[in-house]
Amino acid sequence: MTRHMRRVVITGQGTINALGRNVPETLRAMREGRCGIGDLEFQDVERLSIRIGAQIKGYEPEASFNRQQIALYDRFTQFTLLAAREAIGQSGLSFSGELATRSGVVLGTSGGGMNTLDENYRTVYEDGKNRVHPFVVPKLMNNAAASHVSMEWNLKGPSFTVATACASSNHAMGQAMQMIRGGMADVMITGGSEAMLCFGGIKAWEGLRVMSRDGCRPFSANRNGMVQGEGAAVFVFEEYDHARARGAEILAEVVGFSMTSDAADIVMPSKQGASRAIVGAMRDAGLNPEDVAYVNAHGTGTTANDKTECAAVADAFGHHADDLMISSTKSMHGHLIGGTGAVELLACIMALREGVIAPTIGYEEPDPECALDVVPNVARDVRVDAVLSNAFAFGGLNAVLALRAA
Amino acid sequence: MSDNIKDRVIAILAEQAMLEPGDISLDQSLEDLGIDSLGLVESIFAIEEAFDVSVPFNANDPTENRDFDISSVDAIIRAVQGLVATQAA
Repeated sequence: MTRHMRRVVITGQGTINALGRNVPETLRAMREGRCGIGDLEFQDVERLSIRIGAQIKGYEPEASFNRQQIALYDRFTQFTLLAAREAIGQSGLSFSGELATRSGVVLGTSGGGMNTLDENYRTVYEDGKNRVHPFVVPKLMNNAAASHVSMEWNLKGPSFTVATACASSNHAMGQAMQMIRGGMADVMITGGSEAMLCFGGIKAWEGLRVMSRDGCRPFSANRNGMVQGEGAAVFVFEEYDHARARGAEILAEVVGFSMTSDAADIVMPSKQGASRAIVGAMRDAGLNPEDVAYVNAHGTGTTANDKTECAAVADAFGHHADDLMISSTKSMHGHLIGGTGAVELLACIMALREGVIAPTIGYEEPDPECALDVVPNVARDVRVDAVLSNAFAFGGLNAVLALRAA
Repeated sequence: MSDNIKDRVIAILAEQAMLEPGDISLDQSLEDLGIDSLGLVESIFAIEEAFDVSVPFNANDPTENRDFDISSVDAIIRAVQGLVATQAA
């Protein structure tokens, strides 16, 4: 095939999560190995058996949005807009004319407007009221965040929301990358968001009995479950020549993407499905296993995920697995479910740009079933040229991205 | 009361395993009954609802479940009897 392959680069990044209100704060926390997990604070939390999470404390919508906006924006939409503002601001892009029609938004979320659902169910079921606010539907719908980003920045190209549980953001970013590659768009705003830290959100997760009551310790032998987080991360994906022509600063290149389905079990992960996604992303990127120095793990801190993921990485990388660094930043920012891959991509870009590998904190005891270099507890200074980011969802849907240094 | 607990636990496990209660013997494991990890979590939920108790069970960490032995049908019955005795107080 001689046709020129359109390349995709990242020219902006933004976030809000338990580690920071923006990218510099978040990266500082990751470098320092700081933990964003603490006691949850919201109505009825005393009725939960799981009471910890990586919550954005002291968050005040009124500081960023006016009354009309707050009436329309669920917490997950607010987080998205704040992250998008930082990312698009950094890119220096403004969207009008031809560029507006050649630019779109594809975002991941799993719960969408979960807080809106929770509050309004409480209103009608518990408080017995027969009337809810007129904007409940446009506020809770999963595509609300993507739509508000399109409206705020005049993005008129392909726009939609992906919901594949814990892999939503990676699937979204993979779609964004492929749309630019395939010529459907020149700029895509992408990433993901989640705001599930409310009574109903956590109560539902408690039922599965996979949550930890005391902390997130990925790959550690004494791990006992996942801890949820909240927030968003948003990126500007841009066609390479377009970015070069305007002299934009390129943060990293998105070189590969792969998605697979386990077709096996609704909650238990599969080594084969994960391994095929990892191998597929390297192949799509034209990378050999030896080229990849760092993998940002899915690393949820559950017994099942972490050992299956380590087996998949060993399978996909062969003998190179022993030289690879693999860390789970969920130990710091928690599991953002549909937004997690986006926040984790920040750690990948930090590795490529700054040569700092974010650690797996909370690591206390080696587990023979997770016998890889998990960068325990302390960040590491290593120059790396290519990295992967894993996401493996309930339902057996896997999505892996490959990035290279600019 | 004890026999009642035994019969009700067996009924819960039988429903989950899609078997008749009479086909379940006390020495069988959940694996023998064909109850997988999701089936186990569902059974524990059913036990909590039936007896109004809280079962200390985390699917991640078998050692944390030392207060609730799930190694056989008999073990589960005894664990539930223990919970009912302590938590009903």
